[in-house]
Amino acid sequence: MHESVLDLIGGTPLVDVSSLSPNPRARILVKLEGQNPGGSVKDRIALYMIEDAEKQGMLHPGDTLIEPSSGNTGIGLAMIARVKGYSLKVVLPENVSVERRQLLALWGAEIIDSPGSEGSNGAVRLAERVHAENPEWVFLYQYANHANPRAHYEGTGPEIWMDCPEVTHLIAGLGTSGTLLGAGRFLKERNPSVQIWAVEPPTGEIVDGLRSLDDGYVPPIFFELDGPDLLDRKTIIGVRDSVEWTRKLVDVGIFAGVSTGAALAGAARCAQVIESGVIVVVSADGGWKYLSSGVWTGDLEEAIARTEGTTYF
Amino acid sequence: MPVEIRLPTVLRPHAGGKSTISVEGVTIGEVLNNLVAANPGVSGQVLTGDGSLHRFVNVYLNDDDVRYLDLLDTKVSDGDTVSILPAVAGG
Repeated sequence: MHESVLDLIGGTPLVDVSSLSPNPRARILVKLEGQNPGGSVKDRIALYMIEDAEKQGMLHPGDTLIEPSSGNTGIGLAMIARVKGYSLKVVLPENVSVERRQLLALWGAEIIDSPGSEGSNGAVRLAERVHAENPEWVFLYQYANHANPRAHYEGTGPEIWMDCPEVTHLIAGLGTSGTLLGAGRFLKERNPSVQIWAVEPPTGEIVDGLRSLDDGYVPPIFFELDGPDLLDRKTIIGVRDSVEWTRKLVDVGIFAGVSTGAALAGAARCAQVIESGVIVVVSADGGWKYLSSGVWTGDLEEAIARTEGTTYF
Repeated sequence: MPVEIRLPTVLRPHAGGKSTISVEGVTIGEVLNNLVAANPGVSGQVLTGDGSLHRFVNVYLNDDDVRYLDLLDTKVSDGDTVSILPAVAGG
């Protein structure tokens, strides 16, 4: 029996989906982070960042948190904040699926909209501005907070290693870079030949509201933790491949989010270029937040078009 | 050999409004330099003064980030697509 739902964070299952692999000598395993109580991999970093702030005396009962998020980190923080008694304001790109808004509201978080066309870059900028106007609020800042990758170095990585020490490739979506750098570093320390591959969404068309290339944003932790050195590959996976693979996962009984489809598509590409291997894919969340985008039901082209209009990473 | 460069929205005004341009080159570096030579307004946004890739700009060869291939020495082939995109975060 667990004393708190927060004790359920982490310890997620790894499932073999090699029947989907295009290469019979390349196994594909999926780590189901959607099984976390808040619904996503971000529960891990939300707990680590909050507990770290508490330990450092930066966070006190009744305090207000402000955080930029495309959804999952905001939701994770909202659940934990509700349990621990903090208030939370999430700066959210306005073009995220309705389920993200509903979840944030249900946990009691306040939403501050940022322009959808600027994606998470815009959310970060606006959060910084709002925080500057309200310095008494606590800004955990997932993109610069080392408790984020630490959660993966101490949790996600060791779990993968325990379940699958024969792993040859780790593939995950690149959002803050926390998963890749944290879990990736743990695995490479134990087996230097493990390859770390990042998968990204095709933001060129979707995030077209950026005024100049100076509006490009790389999470500070990515440079601080030698991301360019640690990553072995970084690939854009289009919306079509992402949605198609999200649908394929249903064949093996897995109901996962669209970024999982993207990561699976990346795993399939990996499987095609290696002779053999064991590819571990981190599935960030379940499919619940994407039902309204019609990802599984109805016309594939419509599902792709609707998904293209949202921020899903 | 000609490759197709896909430009992000923000660079299109500097390239006559085009979203794709055909450019010659054998490596990514050559392709980017030829792009800048033909469209001077693009200069400085993709490559820095010392000729290296701007920190917050990503260049992809057929969807693979060249920073994890051979950077500016990455070889390109006929018909390849080179995409220039601002770095974008998520989560």
